[in-house]
Amino acid sequence: MTTILEVNGLEKRFGGVVAAQNIGVNVSAGETIGIIGANGAGKTTFVNMVTGHLAPSAGTVKFLGANIVGWPPRRITELGLCRSFQVPQVFLSESVFDNVLLAYGIAEESGFSMLRPLRNKERDARVRKHLASYQIAEHEKTAASALSQGIRKLLDIAMATVRKPQLLMLDEPTSGISVEEKFDLMDIIMAALREEQTTVMFIEHDMEIVQRHVARVLAFSQGEIICDAPTAKAMVDPKVVEFVLGQEYHAEVRSDA
Amino acid sequence: MVQLLFTILTDGLIYGSYLFIVAVGMTVIFGVQRVLNVTHGSFYAFGAYLAAYLGGIWYDHELPDFGGFVIIFLAAIVVGVFFGILIERGLLKHLYGKDEHIVVLATFAAFLALEGVGLFIWGTDPYFFYQPQAMLGFVEILGMTYDYYNLSLIVLALIISLAIWYFLSRTIWGRLLRAVIFDREISQAMGVNVTAVFLGTFILGTTLGALSGAAIAPTISVLPGIGVEVIVLAFAVVVIGGMGSIPGALIGSILVGVVRAAAVHEFPQAEMFVIYAIMAIVLVFRPEGLFAPPAVRKI
Amino acid sequence: MSFDRTIIGVTIAVVLMACATFFIPDWVRQIGLLSMAIGSVALGLLVLWRTGLISFGHALFYGFSAYGVALLNHLGVRDAFVLVIVSAAASGLLAWGLGFLVRRYRAIFFALLTMAFSMILYGVLAKTERFGSTDGLNIHPPTFLGYAPVDQAAQITLFLFGLLVVYGLMLGVQIYLRSVLGQMTTAVRENEIRVEYLGYSVEHVIHIKYVISGLLAGFGGAIMALAVGQVDPESMAYWTASGEFVFVAILAGTGNVAAPFIGAVAFEIIRHFAWEHGANLWQLIMGGTLLAIIMFVPDGIWSVLQRLVRKKDGVK
Repeated sequence: MTTILEVNGLEKRFGGVVAAQNIGVNVSAGETIGIIGANGAGKTTFVNMVTGHLAPSAGTVKFLGANIVGWPPRRITELGLCRSFQVPQVFLSESVFDNVLLAYGIAEESGFSMLRPLRNKERDARVRKHLASYQIAEHEKTAASALSQGIRKLLDIAMATVRKPQLLMLDEPTSGISVEEKFDLMDIIMAALREEQTTVMFIEHDMEIVQRHVARVLAFSQGEIICDAPTAKAMVDPKVVEFVLGQEYHAEVRSDA
Repeated sequence: MVQLLFTILTDGLIYGSYLFIVAVGMTVIFGVQRVLNVTHGSFYAFGAYLAAYLGGIWYDHELPDFGGFVIIFLAAIVVGVFFGILIERGLLKHLYGKDEHIVVLATFAAFLALEGVGLFIWGTDPYFFYQPQAMLGFVEILGMTYDYYNLSLIVLALIISLAIWYFLSRTIWGRLLRAVIFDREISQAMGVNVTAVFLGTFILGTTLGALSGAAIAPTISVLPGIGVEVIVLAFAVVVIGGMGSIPGALIGSILVGVVRAAAVHEFPQAEMFVIYAIMAIVLVFRPEGLFAPPAVRKI
Repeated sequence: MSFDRTIIGVTIAVVLMACATFFIPDWVRQIGLLSMAIGSVALGLLVLWRTGLISFGHALFYGFSAYGVALLNHLGVRDAFVLVIVSAAASGLLAWGLGFLVRRYRAIFFALLTMAFSMILYGVLAKTERFGSTDGLNIHPPTFLGYAPVDQAAQITLFLFGLLVVYGLMLGVQIYLRSVLGQMTTAVRENEIRVEYLGYSVEHVIHIKYVISGLLAGFGGAIMALAVGQVDPESMAYWTASGEFVFVAILAGTGNVAAPFIGAVAFEIIRHFAWEHGANLWQLIMGGTLLAIIMFVPDGIWSVLQRLVRKKDGVK
């Protein structure tokens, strides 16, 4: 397997506060990785640094051989590292179709070809196919602002995947989704990604979802990776049990109550 | 050399005080309501017109000279209260929370309409109100002649800034105002009557605008269109000082005044654009303005 | 579908007007010319406004280009094509340069920065004797590829020339607005982060819009300079000119590339008749209309026309 992402010594400080440090991880093509950890453990900081949303204080991020630290998000996106957001980042007053259409337009054109019409039959067909694979085709004409949270999350992820990224990072795809819905939601996402054989890393709090979908787990605590192991092994790792699972289960109980 | 420096400084102080008096009302309103109020130019014009009109009647009856000064303040209060209530209750009330462009444009529309109203009331002939300036006479310093009246604008600017400073930091109303500036929603939740604060602020800003017009009236011919330039000048001061910052407006005005005075004496081609050049430079290098407290700003 | 409809509609309207120009009174033709000039600037504002940006300083490009025409004219250039294209291109170039600064700003900061730039131009023009100071400059009547018409023929030729320019501008903007680049409007206004993570630079999008917009305002200023035969800082570069452009843009709405020109015609007709009754009436009407539009028809005349057409279609 070829390594596509190499992170070394990544660190982020806000003034005196250390949000992340000593982060090192290698990702190979085709992997599915779950990122777990309590709130404030540094998961989103990690994703934000890798995807160019936050500048790291130290360390390197090599993606497809290029050191992408300091790159603006659009260059990282163009290179093939795409992401979704915990709070879906979509164009709220535009329809679902138009949201994805624009994503295709930007992905498929560059330079002067950006002056070609956004709409054409072939692109429309690609958009429809993409919407179908995320099972949101029926909402095609609905404005993104009128969507339920789950559908909006799917739209956000659908927009992040139009480029057929080499690596996709999802920030809490199931947060804010009811317990009944989130398993279906994850099944839809993972089926669509498998079809494209996309390498994916996602942040997730629900261990059932983690165990169901990922082969490898990165566990974060207090800004560091405390465990990087196959899922089954990670679930019984004493550190993970102490710093992640214990608190996770607490959180679950509280939110259910 | 010394004389030139002195002249530039004095002229700059006078012009800076003029700018501050003109812009402070707009700054106050922007600071509290986040409304960039174009009708400020109308308040200026109406203040000047009413003062000149009343002054004309006063002096025609050969009443005592000092009455002109009373008229200046009277005209400011009448115009300020009347238009303050009219514009805030009649227009702005319906626009809070809307897109800030829309608010600016609505006040621009109201400004145009008020310009028309002004022409209906006062006509196109100029009004003169020179008596207060003539009464105070002039003084010669280092070979240059200065009107006492113009120098008194510096005093007026100081009094206004001290009064506002006292009001904001030493009175309960001022504290409420600062609370609203800091966070409108939380203040409302804490029981502050934001509607009343907005109306009160707006009347204060309007009155300051009208006062600036009334106070300048003795030094100019009061003509149609005098409010037009005031708007962009006030915009410039508000931006340079930091949007909504009153100390910023004061220091910014003086700075601009001195730079402009230097331009007038040494580089007259730049006289008309030097203010906007400073405004552009400030926006480019320090868009939050020279003196705005960054924590308070929300845009 | 509607792509074809807009272009077909605009083409028919332009052909009809080109025929009509031989039969209309001079003052109507003059209103048409002024509307073409103002409408081009308002079209430039439309390009920005769809992205949520309003320029309070478009008189900068309008005035810059108008003075460009006047100065080239004084240097002996008489051909309308050269005058207009060179001056508008110079405006576009100015917009490109300033765009590096302006593209970082949004909302009221964008509006105020553009205003500051335009007031600098005003100050320079009003104080420079070579540019005629506050009196401005006169322009000798242009020639058209060697053809030098006089009197009514001159106005008719200029009208046809203006129509040709405006037709080109509308087609160009229509193509741009349908393109991938031109469609980044609501997207940029609503979510810059997503645009960046789709792989495109928001600042780049805004910069291009600003250049296109400056170019359009440049064409407007150049046409205006030729139409009135003179330029002066007060009416060409002062902030009130910028205010009028925003007025027309709001009156028109952003629904269609033809809307700014319809708005400009409405504006010029109101101005023409209101002026006959004095300046006070004009300002009252302008202020009142603008307020009414903002309060009751925020999407402008075009949206009203659209609703009327839809109703008619619905009845059928």
